[in-house]
Order: sequence, then C-alpha cells, then structure tokens
Amino acid sequence: MFTSLLIGSISLATVFLFGCVGEIITEKAGHLNLGIPGIMCAGTAGGCFAVDLYMKSNLANPSWIMLILFTIFMAFLFAAIIGGIYALLTVSLRCNQNITGLAITTFGVGFTQFFIDNYVDRTNFDAASKIISKSLSFSSNLGWFGKVFLSYGILVYLAIIIAILCSIFLNKTKAGLRLRAVGESPATADAVGINVTKYKYVAILIGSGIAGLGGFFYIMDYIGGSWENAATIEALGWLSIALVMFTLWRPTLSILGSIIFACFYILAFKITGVSFTQMAALKLLPYIVTIIVLIATSIRGNKNVQPPASLGLNYFREER
Amino acid sequence: MQETKTIKEPLFHIIKRDNLSKKKSLLIYAVSILVAFVIASIFCAVSSSDGGSPLDMFVALFDGVFGTERRIWLFLRDTAILLGVSLAIIPAFKMKFWNLGANGQVLVGCLASYACLFYTQNTNISSVIVILLMIVSSILAGMIWAVIPAIFKAFFKTNESLFTLMMNYIAEGLVLTLITIWAPSGSGTLTPISKNTLPKIVNDQLLSIIVVAIVTVFITIYLKKSKHGYELAVVGESENTAKYVGMNVKKVIIRTLLLSGAICGLMGLLLTGSINHSVNSTMHGGLGFTAIMTSWLAKFNPLVLIGTCALITFVSRGMGEVRKAFGFYNDALANVVLGLIYFFIIGCEFFINYKVIFRKKKNTTNEKQENKANTIKEDK
Repeated sequence: MFTSLLIGSISLATVFLFGCVGEIITEKAGHLNLGIPGIMCAGTAGGCFAVDLYMKSNLANPSWIMLILFTIFMAFLFAAIIGGIYALLTVSLRCNQNITGLAITTFGVGFTQFFIDNYVDRTNFDAASKIISKSLSFSSNLGWFGKVFLSYGILVYLAIIIAILCSIFLNKTKAGLRLRAVGESPATADAVGINVTKYKYVAILIGSGIAGLGGFFYIMDYIGGSWENAATIEALGWLSIALVMFTLWRPTLSILGSIIFACFYILAFKITGVSFTQMAALKLLPYIVTIIVLIATSIRGNKNVQPPASLGLNYFREER
Repeated sequence: MQETKTIKEPLFHIIKRDNLSKKKSLLIYAVSILVAFVIASIFCAVSSSDGGSPLDMFVALFDGVFGTERRIWLFLRDTAILLGVSLAIIPAFKMKFWNLGANGQVLVGCLASYACLFYTQNTNISSVIVILLMIVSSILAGMIWAVIPAIFKAFFKTNESLFTLMMNYIAEGLVLTLITIWAPSGSGTLTPISKNTLPKIVNDQLLSIIVVAIVTVFITIYLKKSKHGYELAVVGESENTAKYVGMNVKKVIIRTLLLSGAICGLMGLLLTGSINHSVNSTMHGGLGFTAIMTSWLAKFNPLVLIGTCALITFVSRGMGEVRKAFGFYNDALANVVLGLIYFFIIGCEFFINYKVIFRKKKNTTNEKQENKANTIKEDK
C-alpha cells in the first residue's frame, strides 16, 4: 500500500509542482498571481484542444514525440495568453494584483469549461492519454525501483527538470539575480539599468505557461483523459499557490513539498476500510496542513524565508 | 538636430493624475462596461453554431432577467444576497484584510442553520425558538470562521488571503462530511426541511431583500459615522499611524472580522432558512469571490455597491437565457462574460488614475516641448 501511495503522490505532485514553480517565478518578479488556478485551467483547455486536433488528423498512427511537443506547446501558449492579460493589467496598467488575479481565475475557469464542453471533441482523449502517460517499457521489470522512479509519463520528469532548472536560473545566473532584484526592489533595479517591465512580463508569461502544464497533466495523465469540470483544477491551483509559501519560494524544495502535499491529498482515496464519513473528513487534511504550515512559517518569522519584499506592489517609476 | 545617435525620448510616458472629475471617471467606467458587453455579444454571435446576431444577446439578457415577474423577484433576491456578502467584505477590505473566505463563512452559516432544522424536525420545540436558535447559531458559525484567520493575522501576521481561502475548502469539506451523516442512506443529497423555516413575507424572496436592506443601512452608518468605522479605515491606511495614535490594531482587526463573519453567517441563514431549506457544498455559489469584485468596483461605497451588485447579478442571471438562445452547453458562459467585464473595469481604472503623454514630433525644439507641457498642465 505504501508503494502505491508513493507512486500516486509523485504522480499528483506533478500538478502542484508545475503550478508552484510557475507561481514562484511570477512571485520572484514581485507579482502575486492569484490567477494561477484560472491559468492552469487555460493550459488544460489549450492542451486538450491540441490533443483533439492532433488525434483527429493522425488517428491511425499517432507519434509519441509529436503529440507531446504539440500539446505541451499549446498548453503553454493558452496559459501564457491568459497570463499575458494578467501581465498587461498589473504591469502596464498597474491594477491591483489580487483583484486582477481573481478576475483571471473567474475568466480562466469559465473559459475552460465553456471551451472544452462546446468545442473540443473528447472521443480520442482516452487513446491520447495512454500515449502521453506512456512510461519506459522496461520499468515494470525492475521491481519496486522501476515502479517508484520510472513508471511515469514524460511530463512528471519534465516538471522536476523545470523545477531544478528554475532553481539554477534564480540562484546561479545573472538574469536570475536581476529577476530577484526586480521582485525585491524594482526602484533599485530600475536605477541600475534593469528593464523592470521586460523582466516582469517575461517572468509572468513563462511562469503562467509552466503553471498551465499542470492542469493539462492532471487531465491527460493523472486521471487518464476523462474531463470532469474545471472546478477540480481550480482547487488544485489554489493549493499550488499555498505550496509556494510552504516551500519558502524555493523551486527545489517544492519538489519535495509537492509530493508531501499530494500524499495528504490522496490519502483519503488510498486508505481502505474507512467509512464514507471518515473518508470525507480525511479529504480535509491537505487544507488543514496548509493552514498549519502558514501559521508555523508566520510564527517562526525567519528573515531568510520571507516573500520578495515588493510582492503584491506594482511599480510606478514616478511615484515618490 | 543632426546629432548622431541621440538617445530618444521614450514613445510615451505615464504620469499620475491628481484627480479626474466625477463625471469624466463615470464616463470612462460606462464606456468600458459597454465595450465589454459589445465584445461579449460579438463573442457569443461568432462562437455560436446556431447563428444569431450580437443584438440577440442583449434581447436574451434582458429577457432572462426581467422576462417574468418571478425572474424579476429572483433578480432582486440574488442582488440582495450578493449585496449582503459584499457588505460583509467591505469593512475587512477597507482595513486591507484580504478576506477571500466569504464563501466558507456563508457556507458554515448555511450549515449551522440546517443543523438546527435537522435536529429539531422531529421534536415539538416551538418554531420561534428554533428560528432564534438558527439566527444565533448561523451568525456565530460565520463569526468563528472569520475570526480564526483574523486572530492569527493580528498576532502573527499570518497571510490571511491563503488562510481564508483554505477555510473555504474546509467548510466545503465539512458540509460534505456532515452530508454523509445526515443524508438518508448515502444518497449524497439532503432532503429540504420546510418545518420551522424562516417566515414568508409575500413570497420567498422579500424577506432576504428586507434583511439586506437593513444591513445596508447599518453598514453605511457603521463605516461613515461610527468610531469603529473610522478606526478600521485608519488601520487600512497605515497600521503605524493607528498604533501611534493609540489604537489597538489587534482589537480592530479581530472586531472587524467578527462583524464580517456575522453578516456572512446571516446570509447563510437566508440561503438555507429562507431560500433553499437545505445545504450542499456549492450553496455559496462563489458569492465570496464575486463580492470581492463588486466591493472593489464600488470603491467600498455601500451605495455604489448596490449598483455594482445589480450589474453583476444582471449578467450572471441573464446569461442563463443567453446560453439557451445561442445553444451552448453549459452555464460557464456567464463566467466568461463576467471575466471580460471585470478585465475592462479593472483596466479602465488606469485611465482614471494615470495619464499617458506621447512623445512629441521629431523636429520640436526643447522650447516647444516645454510650451506643450505647460498647455497639458493647463488642460487639467
């Protein structure tokens, strides 16, 4: 049972990891994006649309690599477009970030539900999901090691690679240092000649795109291509935002954090021999844990684990 | 001007406006809402497979809201409930406390009043006592749900937006858990209880409208005339100022959220006790999030709030009819259009707060530029 719990956790963790890393990049630029749930939904819409398009034209002989590349591209694109609306409103038009984020979530969730229900043919989802979640063929021969580490679709590994790359980018590169400077003190960054607007836009667009992959992964890999509703992805999106705080704005730590989170999330489904009432109560666990973590981090108040100093504040050069 | 490689003046730059006349800013709002509606109508017409012109959307919209007497009543009632939740949010919001948890606070209000109905349905307790019990318990439940994040915010500066958000999901989970206990043989839905519910005035809708009208008056006076209202505004503007003049910031935060939660609980009471007579995990209908938008758009002014709530309810109710008229599958269309309207209203505030000045023509001398800058100042 423990192995199956671990495998399930790592699989679901990918959803959180995409969303969390995307939000970390955005927050490092000083923008608290509460639109992530909507953006993750938009990524789902883009990815599912791409699946439909590709499978229709290549039904006889779908190629793994083409399907993966095309769907990831479309999921990224759709999510980045919605992220672009957020960037336009908060960076250029300097609107309140919380309000804009909530509007983005309303729009993104509504749009995705509307779009997939009305325009996407879901007949080939099942087949496509089997291709997308295909793991290495020899993984089943390697016992528990193969099961725990090698039995996932490519997107799981992609998420981990992105998280590590993101960590290297933020901590080891010049551009990463500049991005952090923008999030800590945009006025200072501006004074030394960093193009604050450009950094914010790029960070929000890329962050949104990465988050969008999370929603797409959930539908096409984790639950095997069955579309229910956008509200499920929305809930996962809110948890991803909470996870950013849980993992102290560190992408590498978020790999571990998302697995722990996912473990709490699926515990209710994996434990056997409990009543419906107990199962429903167990489902509260991830939210309660989140709250405990929020409280714990705030009580500890360590200076090294604080959010970017100008998080949530828009930068206007001529403001005194 | 033959210098090689001069650094160009940027194409435009942005300055802050001092203040725009009320008339002008109202005009900007009106135009942006109109543009949003026009885009929405074109979107509907283009994306519908049944055909239909953009104008059809407006016809269906008005028909969906004002088509029958019952629809008008429902529109008024939904506006009232949304207004109630928005009024609950405003004091906290004005204090810069991001209460994203109104959904949960409303829901526990529903849950508490249903619990009263459920456990008294087979007893002979008089309905007056049951109703009193419902009122007290739902208001208390809402208060508890709001005050927990407030306490942690006040003492440890715990991030309240995520905290309240998680409280939403816990409330939903709690409802689902209790449904497994209360629902007959695992059906997953509760049977409505009509015994001992709140009294009917004329029809099912009027009671909610009256209650919210009273709340509106109360909150207006509370914010504008009372000491409490002044204190929370100061805390919102600057916590340090509040401390400096000797206000107990922690007390203000907790007290305000108790009020906020109480009103949310009251709305929950109306939803269960007067409207639905039951409870399920989505009964809040996302009101909490919508209320944040409406109160932001109203700039915390309770009277303007009536207008913004009516507008949002108008869209969300009317879109049901639009959906049928254009042959779409589900109600998500309402959220798409609402999102569009939000974007435009949020975005248009830029043009109220800031002014864009474009680069002047290439061959102007510095003197001319200065002249122009002066005329711009005079224009204001």
